Amino acid sequence: MTDIATSPLVEGRTGQWEVVIGLEVHAQVSSQAKLFSGSSATFGAGPNEHVSLVDAAMPGMLPVINRFCVEQAVKTGLGLNAEINLFSVFDRKNYFYADLPQGYQISQFKDPIVGEGSLRIVMADGSTRDIGIERLHLEQDAGKSMHDQHPTKSYIDLNRTGVALMEIVSRPDMRSAAEAAAYVRKLRSILRYLGTCDGNMEEGSLRADVNVSVRRPGGPLGTRTETKNLNSLRFIQAAIDYEVARQIEIIEDGGAIDQETRLFDTATGTTRTMRSKEDAHDYRYFPDPDLLPMIVTQDEVDALASALPELPDDIRDRLMGEYGLSTYDASVITEERDTARYYEAASDGRDRKLVANWMTVELFGALNKSGKSLENCPISPEKLGELVGLISDGTISGRIAKDVFADMFETGKGAAAIVDEKGLKQVSDGGAIEALIDQVLAANQDKVEAYRGGKDKLFGFFVGQVMKQSGGQANPGMVNQILRSKLDGA
Amino acid sequence: MSDILSMTAVAARQALDNKTISAVELTEAYIKAADDTADNNAYVLRTSDKAMEMAKASDKRLAKGEAGLLEGIPIGIKDMFCTQGVETTASSAILKGFVPPYESTVTENLWQDGAVMLGKINCDEFAMGSANETSAFGAVTNPWTASEGPLQGKALTPGGSSGGSAAAMAARSTLLAPGTDTGGSIRQPAAFCGLVGMKPTYGRCSRRGIVAFASSLDQAGPITRDVADCALMMTSMASYDSGDSTSIDAPLPDLMDAFATAKNAGIKGMRIGIPDEYTVDGMPDQIASLWETGRKWLEDAGAVCVPVSLPHTQYALPAYYIIAPAEASSNLARYDGVRYGLRVDGASLDDMYAKTRGAGFGDEVKRRILIGTYVLSAGYYDAYYIKAQKIRRLIQNDFTNVFADVDALLTPSTPSSAFALGDESKDPLSMFLNDVFTVPANLAGIPAISVPAGLSSDGLPLGLQLIAPSLREDTLIKGAAILESAAGFDHVASGAAS
Repeated sequence: MTDIATSPLVEGRTGQWEVVIGLEVHAQVSSQAKLFSGSSATFGAGPNEHVSLVDAAMPGMLPVINRFCVEQAVKTGLGLNAEINLFSVFDRKNYFYADLPQGYQISQFKDPIVGEGSLRIVMADGSTRDIGIERLHLEQDAGKSMHDQHPTKSYIDLNRTGVALMEIVSRPDMRSAAEAAAYVRKLRSILRYLGTCDGNMEEGSLRADVNVSVRRPGGPLGTRTETKNLNSLRFIQAAIDYEVARQIEIIEDGGAIDQETRLFDTATGTTRTMRSKEDAHDYRYFPDPDLLPMIVTQDEVDALASALPELPDDIRDRLMGEYGLSTYDASVITEERDTARYYEAASDGRDRKLVANWMTVELFGALNKSGKSLENCPISPEKLGELVGLISDGTISGRIAKDVFADMFETGKGAAAIVDEKGLKQVSDGGAIEALIDQVLAANQDKVEAYRGGKDKLFGFFVGQVMKQSGGQANPGMVNQILRSKLDGA
Repeated sequence: MSDILSMTAVAARQALDNKTISAVELTEAYIKAADDTADNNAYVLRTSDKAMEMAKASDKRLAKGEAGLLEGIPIGIKDMFCTQGVETTASSAILKGFVPPYESTVTENLWQDGAVMLGKINCDEFAMGSANETSAFGAVTNPWTASEGPLQGKALTPGGSSGGSAAAMAARSTLLAPGTDTGGSIRQPAAFCGLVGMKPTYGRCSRRGIVAFASSLDQAGPITRDVADCALMMTSMASYDSGDSTSIDAPLPDLMDAFATAKNAGIKGMRIGIPDEYTVDGMPDQIASLWETGRKWLEDAGAVCVPVSLPHTQYALPAYYIIAPAEASSNLARYDGVRYGLRVDGASLDDMYAKTRGAGFGDEVKRRILIGTYVLSAGYYDAYYIKAQKIRRLIQNDFTNVFADVDALLTPSTPSSAFALGDESKDPLSMFLNDVFTVPANLAGIPAISVPAGLSSDGLPLGLQLIAPSLREDTLIKGAAILESAAGFDHVASGAAS
């Protein structure tokens, strides 16, 4: 059993506040081609190199749905335990902008392809929360306006125009910036497992609009603001924290929150008004007459469902149930498919819990510190397994293992080879250990007296001295046992 | 020369096959005819050099026995069709200078079948109009003139929006003419100019490469001199196109065979519905009596005519004038001065939009964009757009119900014959009424044809319309063949080239 997370409250000047957060995540569909045109959807081409006649909205050019993108959306819906709508409709969202060639974005308004679902997040303390998914719909991305290329003109790059996005709308179920970050991490993890979005936030493949409001605990919902287009977990959390503080301050000063769209300034970590409710667009949504309603058959859905890969929650449950891992360790290990695969390989035939521990603490710590990723990790899963094996069979102590690990990370060598090379094998010879103990006791007669006089805490001092004398190689269990019999038994 | 111009496309194809004329001779005759009738303002762009090259190529294919369905037939193209390398403007100032790097599917089909391109033809701006008066190139004059009465001596409208195409056909400055029909834009000008005009089933002709007016209603079709030419041209224009999501993947019935069958065997047993609701207030007696005559002609050929009811007909026009502008307001958003066509610089992006669209669009286009924007706006959407869509469904249901009992419907094509240029453009509402008989078929997506059936008392052409169920263009051709034979319409416009 895991604990359900309780709402973390924020302390204001006038009492406690509950934060209510909902997210709209725009995830670029992993697809070679755009949603309604054959042009390439890949990142990194020169300006306007991936633009078809349809993308540029030339007169008489018509959209034709890319069925692969539809399949990707259905797969994502299945991964979010969501209802798949066999009938959905593409609508036009009308507004003028220079990087929106058609003068409308083709999106889904009333009848999205995916309906309600949910996703489970796990917090650092092991508590969980189920976040509701309201809907997922397919839509076109807009192009890019560049205002810094010329003193008086703006430049337009239409490469992104028409690229397929999934807009995934959550319920307002999150109660802190940490939960929002956990939600995006979990969503990204699912998308990556499914292969429906690469989740690359720096390249803009995953962006979030954050809806934030505050209220008195249990009270009616407050007025919300929407902060647009956040492209990192750090920015999402910073924008929420800033909004929460700003809103509480306004309300506590007797003011009211304006329902508005805001922008996050990455340089200052603050948000500012982008447009107020009065300036909000009237998008004049209506069904796109160039496209027929989109029909997906139950057979198609079933086929996609049966081909779905094992998802992080399934693997996490398996790691907890079969291997006895903690909720947190299992969640961390399964967040990325590569990590889960690494773990499965490293822990095969080893002490599963110990491997999990070594991965989440030592390995992730070292990777983090060196700025490396699992992809270019110098320690292969088999080698990490080998190291844990040496600990389990008593060949080396946990302390020595840390040194061996550091060496492995540095050189990429195997654990056993390093232990052999450096003579780090644990000493489990009772005679040798006893001799060391005798030396230590003889050299510290005064402390032996003191210990026997009642200073129990000195036991640790003797253990430390013996380990030091042995160069860390003495079997700590045996040291303890022999030392205790010598000190207490004499 | 006059012999050449008086040939229908079917006759010209035979003459070309028999080598009694060459494609070059035929094309030269039509280039000269276009020169001679240039006053009617039907052409907005002539491509005579291209036409001669294409005619020469046709003659080579004819010589090798590789002639296509429309080999060597000279055709002027309504300016709504994008033509690769040839300026395409939809008769709007906002697209002046726009040269598409692509060809519309329909015109591509024509060229593939060997047709020869004479040039681009005038139409109402973005096909929005019923008199060809909204064109940025100016109005087109109908080659027909009134022989007596108040219209005598006045320049008349050829109708719209395919007014230029119908005028060029009546003037014999093109042998065939592809039109587009959103609410009657093929059938009404055909009726006003003594021609056959068919709007096929929605989706028969690809919309790819046709400048969009109202996507759910727009449909291309032929304007021709007679029914046989209509069958021939329709066969070339229609195709399934994966580049148009609303294109129909169903084979076109053999229309030339349908024509021959009707001519040889009549239409015995065909059931024709006469819809009560198409008797409208103020309809001239001669149109009512022509309608009655048409019924008798069909019965004489073996058809059974029965009265039917399409109870929601009166709501068709209001629904149309909500749905069409709604779609148009969105379809025309792309003409923003950013990528192609006219740009009038402004102090800001919004200012540039306002200036460009203010200068580039004419009054009728602006009117419809405003109406369309309004009916889609928050707070009005349900009352207008959604209600209009519900009416559209009821109208579709009306047709489905009557087609359970009858094979086709017979109605007048228009509530009047051609009117004087300038007469109705000051009153948009009375202009809208021109489409009262033609709009329901667009709303229902079903095929309809206008056939010249006689002359009004002042000597102007009048048409009768047949409407058939989805995909039954063959029924239309059969019925039209009977009407055509019975009417024996062999009048030629006074403004025709000779």
